[in-house]
Amino acid sequence: MAKFSKKTKTSENIPTSALPDIIFMLLFFFMVTTVLREQEILVEQKIPQATQLQKLQKKTLISYIYIGKPKNTGLYGSEPRVQANDALLTPADIVQWVNQERDMLPEADRNMITISMKIDRDVKMGPISDVQTELREADARRVLYASVGKVQKD
Amino acid sequence: MARKKNRMSQEVNAGSMADIAFLLLIFFLVTTTIASDKGILNVLPPKLDPNNPPPEIDKNERNIFTILINANDQLLVEGEYAEADGLDEKIKLFVLNFGQPNEEAQGLYNSLPASLKAMSRRDPESSDHPGEAVVSIKTNRGTSYDRYLEVFDLAKKAYFEIYAERVNLRTEEYRALTGKDEAEQSLIDRGKEGIPMAISIAEPDKIGS
Repeated sequence: MAKFSKKTKTSENIPTSALPDIIFMLLFFFMVTTVLREQEILVEQKIPQATQLQKLQKKTLISYIYIGKPKNTGLYGSEPRVQANDALLTPADIVQWVNQERDMLPEADRNMITISMKIDRDVKMGPISDVQTELREADARRVLYASVGKVQKD
Repeated sequence: MARKKNRMSQEVNAGSMADIAFLLLIFFLVTTTIASDKGILNVLPPKLDPNNPPPEIDKNERNIFTILINANDQLLVEGEYAEADGLDEKIKLFVLNFGQPNEEAQGLYNSLPASLKAMSRRDPESSDHPGEAVVSIKTNRGTSYDRYLEVFDLAKKAYFEIYAERVNLRTEEYRALTGKDEAEQSLIDRGKEGIPMAISIAEPDKIGS
């Protein structure tokens, strides 16, 4: 028993003087990576996984479209809906929306507009294909199926 | 004169700095959404002009690798019920079949690294050469997006693996190329040369949805 107490006593305090530095480092990381969400997402978003992800170089060319079941089913029903900017659209409004988005880009880049489709994994292909038909109509043919990385099994 | 002043301590009390930083940290932790602009790129076909219907394309059936996905998320690959695993290998074998290569395709074949040459089976029932080969994915309106993306992902994977193999990179490295300078662009072009990524997404059908 006495053996334990015989141990030489080293200082029991953990030096915390470097703590603020560590915290500041974390803080700066989050400050730099953060994007304050400018719009509220009204539809469910469980982004599917995929392996062959590519990154786009020019982020200014991307416009986002969200498709999924509305979160507020009482107000918007339970069928998948399309959200762009801050409001839910009907497929017929998409052409107009794309044209608005395109007008915001510099002239040289207008034909390079890319639509990032953030689609909930439970949506069926029917509504997606309707949206794609509208995008073809609006001549915004570059589409990015947003997805998150999957751990690859070899 | 100045020396005489009695300074209590010359240090600013920094003990609460950590608390302030913690507070800010928690604020940013909560509000942050790490921007993810990653995804699978697809280029949709141009819109249909009613006055100018698209030319009838006579492609031999053997040059089209058909994948059908029904409303129950089941796959029909080249007329046979199949599972999603191994689909990328099948697509690679199909693209690199070289059943009836023309002169140009023969040159392409000779330029391929040995590991890709080995995939050529010269099966007359499969694609003539990579320039002709088309992978067609057809879904149903009731197919889940998850399944569609999985299959599309595998088709992309097959092509990226071929491209990466040609320029001696790993697949991830090839995919990460963005073409921001000439060296990268030339790598991308060398990988793709003669083997277009022909993945066709057919209009979904309505039956059974």
